Amino acid sequence: MKNKSNKLFEPALVNTALKQSFIKLDPRLMARNPVMFTVEIGTAVMLFVTIYSISNPSQGSFGYNLTVFIVLLLTVLFGNFAEAIAEARGKAQADSLRKTREETPAKILMSNGKIEIRSSNLLRKGDVFMCETGDTIPTDGEIIEGIATIDESAITGESAPVIRESGGDKSSVTGGTKVLSDQIKVQVTTQPGESFLDKMIALVEGASRQKTPNEIALTILLAGFTLVFIIVCITLKPFADYANTPITIAAFISLFVCLIPTTIGGLLSAIGIAGMDRALRANVITKSGKAVETAGDIDVLLLDKTGTITIGNRKATHFYSAQGGDNEAFVNACVLSSMSDETPEGKSIIELATVQNNKILTAPKGSTFIKFTAETRSSGMDTADGRRIRKGAFDSIRNIVIKAGNPFPADIEEQVKLIAGNGGTPLVVAENEKALGVIELQDIIKPGISERFERLRKMGVKTVMVTGDNPLTAKFIAEKAGVDDFIAEAKPEDKMNYIKEEQALGKLVAMMGDGTNDAPALAQADVGVAMNSGTQAAKEAGNMVDLDNDPTKLIEIVEIGKQLLITRGTLTTFSIANDVAKYFAIVPALFIVAIPALSSMNIMNLHSPESAILSAVIFNALIIPLLIPIALRGVSYKPIGASALLRRNIFIYGIGGVIAPFIGIKLIDIVVSLIV
Amino acid sequence: MNTELLGIIVTYGLTLLLAIPLGIYLAKVFAGEKVWTDFLNPFEKGIYKLSGINPKEEMNWKQHMKALITINAVWLVYGFFMLMFQGYLPLNPDGNPGMTPDLSFNTVISFVVNCNLQHYSGESGLTYLTQHFVIMFLQFVSAATGIAAAVVLFKAFRDKTTTNLGNFWVFFTQSITRLLLPISVVIAIILAFNGTPTSYEGKDQIVSLQGDTVNVSRGPAAGMVAIKHLGTNGGGWFGVNAAHPLENPNYVTYITEMVAQVLIPIAMIFAFGWFIRRKKMAWVIFGVMTLGMLLLLVPTLISELGGSPAISKMGISQATGAMEGKDVRFGPTATGYWSTVTTIISTGSVNSMHDSTMPLTGMLQLVAMMMNCFYGGVGVGLLNYFTFIIIAVFISGLMVGRTPEFLGHKVEAREVKIASIIALLHPFIILVGTAIATYTLVYFPDAAWAVKPANWLNNPGFHGFSEMLYENTSAAANNGSGFEGLGDNNVFWNVLTGFVLILGRFLPIIGPVAIAGLLGAKKYIPESNGTLKTDTVTFGVMTFVVIVIIAALAFFPALTLGPLAEYFTLTR
Repeated sequence: MKNKSNKLFEPALVNTALKQSFIKLDPRLMARNPVMFTVEIGTAVMLFVTIYSISNPSQGSFGYNLTVFIVLLLTVLFGNFAEAIAEARGKAQADSLRKTREETPAKILMSNGKIEIRSSNLLRKGDVFMCETGDTIPTDGEIIEGIATIDESAITGESAPVIRESGGDKSSVTGGTKVLSDQIKVQVTTQPGESFLDKMIALVEGASRQKTPNEIALTILLAGFTLVFIIVCITLKPFADYANTPITIAAFISLFVCLIPTTIGGLLSAIGIAGMDRALRANVITKSGKAVETAGDIDVLLLDKTGTITIGNRKATHFYSAQGGDNEAFVNACVLSSMSDETPEGKSIIELATVQNNKILTAPKGSTFIKFTAETRSSGMDTADGRRIRKGAFDSIRNIVIKAGNPFPADIEEQVKLIAGNGGTPLVVAENEKALGVIELQDIIKPGISERFERLRKMGVKTVMVTGDNPLTAKFIAEKAGVDDFIAEAKPEDKMNYIKEEQALGKLVAMMGDGTNDAPALAQADVGVAMNSGTQAAKEAGNMVDLDNDPTKLIEIVEIGKQLLITRGTLTTFSIANDVAKYFAIVPALFIVAIPALSSMNIMNLHSPESAILSAVIFNALIIPLLIPIALRGVSYKPIGASALLRRNIFIYGIGGVIAPFIGIKLIDIVVSLIV
Repeated sequence: MNTELLGIIVTYGLTLLLAIPLGIYLAKVFAGEKVWTDFLNPFEKGIYKLSGINPKEEMNWKQHMKALITINAVWLVYGFFMLMFQGYLPLNPDGNPGMTPDLSFNTVISFVVNCNLQHYSGESGLTYLTQHFVIMFLQFVSAATGIAAAVVLFKAFRDKTTTNLGNFWVFFTQSITRLLLPISVVIAIILAFNGTPTSYEGKDQIVSLQGDTVNVSRGPAAGMVAIKHLGTNGGGWFGVNAAHPLENPNYVTYITEMVAQVLIPIAMIFAFGWFIRRKKMAWVIFGVMTLGMLLLLVPTLISELGGSPAISKMGISQATGAMEGKDVRFGPTATGYWSTVTTIISTGSVNSMHDSTMPLTGMLQLVAMMMNCFYGGVGVGLLNYFTFIIIAVFISGLMVGRTPEFLGHKVEAREVKIASIIALLHPFIILVGTAIATYTLVYFPDAAWAVKPANWLNNPGFHGFSEMLYENTSAAANNGSGFEGLGDNNVFWNVLTGFVLILGRFLPIIGPVAIAGLLGAKKYIPESNGTLKTDTVTFGVMTFVVIVIIAALAFFPALTLGPLAEYFTLTR
């Protein structure tokens, strides 16, 4: 999976694509693309003309007609090839993912409690299977019991094993990954053939590929241009009759094919497929092509602080006991309060305490653990001897303390502010509703992240950091990292409300999430990216799944979306700009015999009317394969502001599109005139 | 500086000086803000009451278009019968007969659609009654129709999201009471004092220096000449239009008529910008349209001032430029300016014979009408330009990597579909119309019509082709000028151009208004750094390029066989 081949034309893929190019000549398939369909009709007509010209040279010589026929056929084939190679690349990518989940034996847990070994193909949604050390997980599912370390390198390419366990936000397992230790019980979450991967594979395959809204609009515009050129060519017949200028069928069809936007017409579906393929190469599975396109339009990006903006998790760095308090008792309370705390922060507190105190504490017998909830925003332990130790955010602990009628020490409050002001996270610990002291947790901001936010800002994307931190800490980190806005002390519904507010203003919002409580927000967001490690609910709710579980992936996705639109736009401009030169090649060639004065319009000084027409159609055909690399790789996006980007692309693809064919046609004409 | 050149610069400057404040005034009128003409309120209320209109009723774009089509259909029927039976009706001192059904069909359509393609001569083809109550009446209402339709488009972009686009009847009525009528009165008075007839008497007789007796047609012409320019109608009182010494007596009337025809088209641009509170947008549109005009005007002047190569070959000096078909009072510069203005704007009045201009000038006149949106006709010019904006927005939106937006509204498949159809309709009807004509001429030269096809053309060859192309282009652009030299008063041309005229009018109004209505109803998206701004020079240039490319691609072969072939043959 990770050996992402950057070679555009791998021999094996080219072979498949070549075969497909011919299969795609089927008119029923061609009709999906109105521009290329008309070329195919033109080619068919030329076939008859070529046959006719064997016995009757009134429509030009056999050799000339045959050449035109072959060039037109090549035009259609090149267009088909572009689509086929894009499909083949996408499929190869998807297949390598699919390979990981080929038939593997599954230990199915039957309703009578026995375990039967069956092929993974027979697994249905709702079935439960067991996996032990060394087993390959047969299909996607959710852990309902147990915890295990899993090697996901087959999917992510990351060799470090990950922990997956039931109940939490990391309960999903993916087919094809390997259990390294322990045992888990997994419930199957998808029917065979309906997994995200299957959906993705269907998306890159032509048949079921839905055109995206922008693609539909562009197809309409291109069909419009095609229609005009049909009119231009048909009306030219009576015009030429009036001017006593006979025009051969070959010339008519050549003029028509050269004028209609075959370049973009031939590459359009390849561009769309390649966009999704690029997403897949970034290890993102999209559920629809539309989602990739929408990603390019994103105005607001919600990013979780942890893992995206800061490296990993906050770590405890200091214990500050209240003035006059017993420091050791405080540290002990900190440790006890963190015993039930499975979060990395909690673990880091115990680590720090162990280093400081040089001894390991164990929980007293008969203690009850109080789990953290989003509502209380505190956790802790009730011991058998009646100690109630709580640890939590400053305001939640203060509430507890004040509610019980105890004063909240001013020096602790002072310390809290100091820590928060320095971008740290203060956690207050209280025992029996009396505040004991503060733990300082510190974040480390990822290097280079503020440059990425700067880039997003230039793209017009507003970044919003979502964090459970208090507003002061959040503000500090937000400023340091360079995000535009933040949601502090975020509860799951805060994300949802923020998204809804932005959407009410007409903005498009993207977010990334993994937990079940992210699911509503993922569904509400215009682009919701679920992490592959996340819960099934999160994955169902979003419209993309990131296999790498990399929160910065959203930035890449936005660029892939933009690239997709830009590639379509620039190649359309290029295609239409080409027409200017083609007109100057063909139109004088059509009339020059009857109206010699028009030779002044032959500004390229082409050899003869026949060579001019041939050169134009040959150029028209060759430009398609020449542009396939651009179509597949995508035109690069530069965040330099919309107007500057437009100027740049008009310059390259508009003006370039006018000039290139003048040079190309002239060069081809020189070659053609040598042969003819 | 050359006084001839100075003359047109002053004329254009004067136009701008009047058009910009007029535009700002119009924005206020249509927004219902306080303006000094509010004293007309009771008068307008009387009109609404009399017509049973509720001026407070808000319409969506469909209701607007229904109202527009209905009232236009009524005028078509009314005008058709009036023209056919004018011979029996009063105010006919010269005893002119009624029109043939096909001529009446063509004439009434032509005036309803603000085109004024005249296949008759005013002196002998109309009576004073029909001049007034059909021709002049339609010149007012067709102009008001175009303005009202444009205001509907304005309304769609004033507020963030809306389907209430005001009341059609109010826009229509105010276009007449607050704009067309008062300014027409001023122009008519200027013209009358400079010698344009304003009398109900029949023909006058004079005896020329050679001793010939000449019958000179007269009539209440000044009023009509005013609205024909102000409303970009262009249909003259006399057959030869503003080339007639009584219709355009001197340089003062020249300036007056030139200012009058460009006045509202430019004012509408500023009205748009001020109305939607985006003044910069108005300046960009104005800049692009002016650039378009200059690119047509400058080569026209060069080509006309250079004189005819055919005459040069004979060794005759042409110090004043090409003078065939031109009035010595105005000369080639002022005439060239008129020919450019009258073709970019859909007026179509002429002060020279376009048939006699140099081949390249003829081509530029054709190109002006093929693009038909550099200023353009009253209201409709902006509507045409808007169609190209949508196509430009779409292509450039893609090029910057964002779903295209115009003024905060997403441009999607439906809008692109309408814009494509409308932008391509114009070349379609011109090319098909010309193809039918050339086909008929080649294959049925002896068809038994009033003028048989073989005799249609004064000039065979390339120029003849240009004549047919011009007639169709003029009809499709609702311009109304003629290349002349074409025997067009017969059933073939009357019917053919009748259809071309109608196709060239209503769909290009409905299309842009529909797009605006659809966009206006969509969710408003605030601008961000990634949004392509549509009021920038870059975007203006993009729109210009789209206009030029579409026209060039559609018409290049036709222009090659007409004016270009003529030009290259002439200069060879």
